Amino acid sequence: MTAIATGPHHLQLTREGQLRHFLTLDGLGRELLTDILDTADSFIEVGERTIKKVPLLRGRTVVNLFFESSTRTRSTFELAAKRLSADVLNLDISTSATSKGESLADTLYNLEAMASDMFVVRHAQSGAPHFIAESVTPKVAIINAGDGRHAHPTQAMLDMLTIRQHKKTFAGLKVAIVGDVLHSRVARSQIRALNELGVAEVRVIAPGTLLPRDVEALGCTVEYDMLRGMKDLDVVIMLRLQKERMEGALLPSEGEFYRLYGLDRAKLALAKPDCIVMHPGPINRGVEIESAVADGPQSVILNQVTNGIAIRMAVMSMAMGGQLAERQQALNDMAKQEVRL
Amino acid sequence: MNGQLDIEPLLDKMEAGLRQLLQERGVSSPALIGIRTGGVWLAAELARRLQLQEPFGELDISFYRDDFSRIGLNPKVKPSSLPFDTADRDVVLIDDVIMSGRTIRAAMNEVFDYGRPASIILATLVDLGARELPVQPDVRGLALTLETNQRIKLRGPDPLRIELEQA
Repeated sequence: MTAIATGPHHLQLTREGQLRHFLTLDGLGRELLTDILDTADSFIEVGERTIKKVPLLRGRTVVNLFFESSTRTRSTFELAAKRLSADVLNLDISTSATSKGESLADTLYNLEAMASDMFVVRHAQSGAPHFIAESVTPKVAIINAGDGRHAHPTQAMLDMLTIRQHKKTFAGLKVAIVGDVLHSRVARSQIRALNELGVAEVRVIAPGTLLPRDVEALGCTVEYDMLRGMKDLDVVIMLRLQKERMEGALLPSEGEFYRLYGLDRAKLALAKPDCIVMHPGPINRGVEIESAVADGPQSVILNQVTNGIAIRMAVMSMAMGGQLAERQQALNDMAKQEVRL
Repeated sequence: MNGQLDIEPLLDKMEAGLRQLLQERGVSSPALIGIRTGGVWLAAELARRLQLQEPFGELDISFYRDDFSRIGLNPKVKPSSLPFDTADRDVVLIDDVIMSGRTIRAAMNEVFDYGRPASIILATLVDLGARELPVQPDVRGLALTLETNQRIKLRGPDPLRIELEQA
């Protein structure tokens, strides 16, 4: 193996630099991120046609492996795979084989034996998709649909697509991420993507109890006071309050959180007049965001959902393409060897 | 041979061939679709010559290529843009060069996903032969057989010119 194909961040790239898994945004440069956004733009056009389907993944089998339930993410992945003409299998693993005592690896080997080409993996454990790509089924393309507190790269990329649609370019933008950064895998991926794509400033706005200790090292500034933090913003990204992940008393109360960090019309008025409002969903109205803002003219929350399908079509077709190109390369190499023998 | 071919007579021939065919078939408002990149430049030129008011379509066939399983996805894909519904329309599909016929196969599949056209006419500037599929142009500017070390390339959009390169 050549040097470029080794190391944790190159697990997801072929020798030629094509995507073959999509696990994290770490190690992916601006050019590849831009290729993903451009490809997604083309898939948006496909989604506007009478027949919203292209034949790229025809005859391929995509398995949605959700070890942690999520309706929206799973359905957009399912729709994306179907629009690429793949056959799709949805497995809610939390309620199936593992409860009968089968190990994760055994479950995956079985799925691989059914000639699966791609696993879309969501797992509560950080690093689970990496582990699968590296050690369990390296010949199956792995797409990370959210792992623990680590990463949620397709969500971050659909957010980047939404920002680019509304702001045309990333240069000079001031973007804030507000809320529960500590428990958010989305925030980590967003900060990484925004910096790589060259925004002017990424600002996180949150109480100290909802920030990871090393947050500035991720490449952002920190603001505890939302009234100050809203100044000059082009984009504000609200995070969901991860109630089901909350352990211990990190918050005084939901009401208190809303008063200090909820996005209402008064706080939004402090940002630039054309500041767009984003939220990964599902939204807790009156907890993170006022209904009038979520449904207001600056909200692009439903655009994010539409873009989610296009981004997932882009990374799925790119990763599948990389896998297939790699297989072809291996066949060619083998043929050359035989000639030499 | 190296250098430029005179493109004007080829465009004249395409225009005349297209006019005649459309007249024979009784087509008064054809829907022009160019295949990226060269075909789009030619569609613009032919739309101007035929004095068509309707904007022409642009097709990027990357999602329909049959070599995806060998080389993966073209990273420089751009959105197709068809400003009309192709259902029941008489479509003129335009490309700069036809060789294997695989591009046209992919393009026709894509066009059908926008609706079932009444008919499709294929117009290409240069026909290099070497067909691998049973697809033939209805209108062509020039038929040419290249030596193995020769390449032909349409450059444009303004001015449009064809270059013959010795590899």
